[in-house]
Amino acid sequence: MSTTTGTQVQTTQVYRVYIKATPQAIWDAITRPEWTLRYGYTSSVEYDLRPGGAYRARPSDAMREAGDAMGLPTPDVIVDGEVVEAVPPRRLVQTWRLLMDPEIAAEGFTRLTYEIDPVRDSTRLTVTHELEGAPKLALMVSGAHEDEGGPGAGGGWAWILSELKTLLETGSSFQTEG
Amino acid sequence: MTDDRVFKALADPTRRFLLDRLFERDGRSLTELESELEMSRFGVMKHLRILEDAGLVVTRRSGREKLHYLNPVPIRLIHDRWIDKYRERQASALADLKQELEANPTAEFAGKEAG
Repeated sequence: MSTTTGTQVQTTQVYRVYIKATPQAIWDAITRPEWTLRYGYTSSVEYDLRPGGAYRARPSDAMREAGDAMGLPTPDVIVDGEVVEAVPPRRLVQTWRLLMDPEIAAEGFTRLTYEIDPVRDSTRLTVTHELEGAPKLALMVSGAHEDEGGPGAGGGWAWILSELKTLLETGSSFQTEG
Repeated sequence: MTDDRVFKALADPTRRFLLDRLFERDGRSLTELESELEMSRFGVMKHLRILEDAGLVVTRRSGREKLHYLNPVPIRLIHDRWIDKYRERQASALADLKQELEANPTAEFAGKEAG
């Protein structure tokens, strides 16, 4: 981690949101395709939830169409990785590599940790993304490209978690309302 | 309400300064943040505590150090729930105006003749 000098770029990002939902509901929203299709980048995930198990995210039809419209064909698998640790419904550690953009894909695998903790009257979700050696991906997941638009630009983790909270608390995301 | 805590936390120049420093480079220790401010360690701790209570800063342990990370999600939530809402209303007010003007073209012509 970058803690010693003033010149290093940040290599770990931490995001936290409180959601009025059970840990199991949040776990399902992260690991089940019928949920992941409804918020954020609207991908369809496949998880083999055991150490060494495969992780893949495939684009939704809407995402594929948006890519085609811009002349940027979307790959069949947009994110891949491997499960490192799965303790449902509390903790998920995995590797994560974005395949949408060749330059970002070349940065290789990063490490992602989801921690789901019940607190008082809600549940705390903390997402820690360790982005050592992946400066382009770090920019993207921080939401830096949001205003440039384009398929998959999005607003990074803050946007995804805001949408996830809205979906779980109201039953619909901003996108499905529109 | 969480929103109240976020607005209160942001309503202070020292705390906004701390958030800006973390935006530049995340994951800093208290000692590092303290070196950027002419303020006692206790004073910086107090401000960081308020930012943490508002969810704008998340801390994690790394060895013996406690590192501070900027968490943009609470600001994002305010953006998505409030600012987008008002922007939508503006857009629909313009749409209403267009509809009204187009449904009542004589008013528009009257205006042109007068000018």
